[in-house]
Amino acid sequence: MTVEILMAGFGGQGILFATKQIAKSAMVAGRQVTWIPSYGPEARGGTSNCSVIVSDEPIGSPIVTKPDILLALNLQSFDKFVPRIKPGGMLIYDSSLVRKPVGRDDIEAHAIPATQLASDHGIAGAANVIMLGRLIAITGLFDPEEFKSHLVEGIPDSRAQMRENNIKAFEIGYGYKE
Amino acid sequence: MAKVLMKGNEAIAEAAIACGCRLYFGYPITPQTEVAEYMAKRMPKVGGLCLQAESEIAAINMVLGAAAAGARVMTSSSSPGIALKSEGISYIAGSDLPCLILNVQRGGPGLGGIQPAQSDYNLAVKSAGHGDAHMVVYAPSSIQEIVDLTAVAFDVGDKYRVPVMMLADGALGQMMEPVDLESLGERKPPEKPWATTGHGGLRKKNIINSLYIEPEELEEKVRARFERYAQIAEHEARWEEYKLGDAEICLVAYGITARICKTAVEMARRRGIKAGLFRPITLWPYPSRQLDEACRRAGVKRVLVAELNMGQMVDDVRLAINCRLPVAFHGRTGGVLPSPEELLGEIARLDAEIKEEKD
Repeated sequence: MTVEILMAGFGGQGILFATKQIAKSAMVAGRQVTWIPSYGPEARGGTSNCSVIVSDEPIGSPIVTKPDILLALNLQSFDKFVPRIKPGGMLIYDSSLVRKPVGRDDIEAHAIPATQLASDHGIAGAANVIMLGRLIAITGLFDPEEFKSHLVEGIPDSRAQMRENNIKAFEIGYGYKE
Repeated sequence: MAKVLMKGNEAIAEAAIACGCRLYFGYPITPQTEVAEYMAKRMPKVGGLCLQAESEIAAINMVLGAAAAGARVMTSSSSPGIALKSEGISYIAGSDLPCLILNVQRGGPGLGGIQPAQSDYNLAVKSAGHGDAHMVVYAPSSIQEIVDLTAVAFDVGDKYRVPVMMLADGALGQMMEPVDLESLGERKPPEKPWATTGHGGLRKKNIINSLYIEPEELEEKVRARFERYAQIAEHEARWEEYKLGDAEICLVAYGITARICKTAVEMARRRGIKAGLFRPITLWPYPSRQLDEACRRAGVKRVLVAELNMGQMVDDVRLAINCRLPVAFHGRTGGVLPSPEELLGEIARLDAEIKEEKD
């Protein structure tokens, strides 16, 4: 089985961090995985997107042009990439930043107000991890407990608060009811 | 073995350090700047030096100096920067010095773009710089292979006293895959009795030079070097064959393009089309004999070359098989990667040609 995931939003929303967690979990689970960001002259506030492919077979091109799963964290990304989702594919989007109809009935769409939820819970900036929680809950791609352990791995003691915030954010996303 | 996720640009830097490289000279350019960034962080911790030169030209000449003093040394750049280094590369080749040069190719010509390309094949393989010279050129197609070939590249460079190029591209530089670095172990460069190390009058002096005014002397130097090239061609060619056993259609591709071709071969096989892939891992020396033999063994009827350029390696493929078979070409350029589907389209077209001949 091969799953092609594209995550897109603003630079600074933690797209690269979030997609690296998916890649790391896939690696630890013994799956084949590639991760590649769009790279270009974008800076904070510009657009950022990243391709992750998880597979049981060797992976050819690492660049996702037609995602099975799109995680959209802003309107620009939503507009640009929703038309590219494979028929039968999945969309998870931040409905606090994207307030418009999906416009496709051949995909499975899930809305979650991730940015709003993050600031309501005092963890502004953790919308990316809330999205991850939702992704794991819906798809069952990885074991949630293992995924959480990877989320806090490598965060130094000096930033212990970040570990707690990541776990909190993951659980908010994981337990969200539409 | 514990695997870690690493970008190609970081993996080659770490692999070089594991191979005993303690000197890196570079100049920033997308999409390979992470090499210098990584070296800047790591080299001071292992007693090495990472130096950002004032230009690519300065960096390659620092490499020449360090190599002359016997050091394992590397530099890296991307296409336009490699063009700037080409004079220095020629001097390094003319001085019989080993070093590792990484080219993370981007679209060209000119400033071109910053997305993946393979448009420097001719520059790398035919002649980087003036004069009659070669580099050994490795074309990895995964991050693990970048690591493994870095060790091979340093060893081969030292053994034959030649510059070696790792020819990657923007996708390989920027993408992360799981890699096992522990398999490299701790490696040490060999003794280099020819190096200009200073000796306090205790031995005959060593001279590193690429200037020979007497034509006969220069000819002799060049001929001796080409004898070493012949040895390299005999012993150092590397390649991979994939599902070529019964193939009627042989795809030939290297680097990132070879991965996409593998996917296309799988799709073709599922449709019952007998396709396979020949992947050169050394681009110089080109595994010509091996490609020819693989095609003969399988009874290949059509060859399809795919590259991220308008057709450069395709000439070496035609030479390898002596134009015995029809060779089709599929190229994307400017930073665009082909999709497996479009390659499958080409394969299906060639399959239809073969079936027509049979009827």
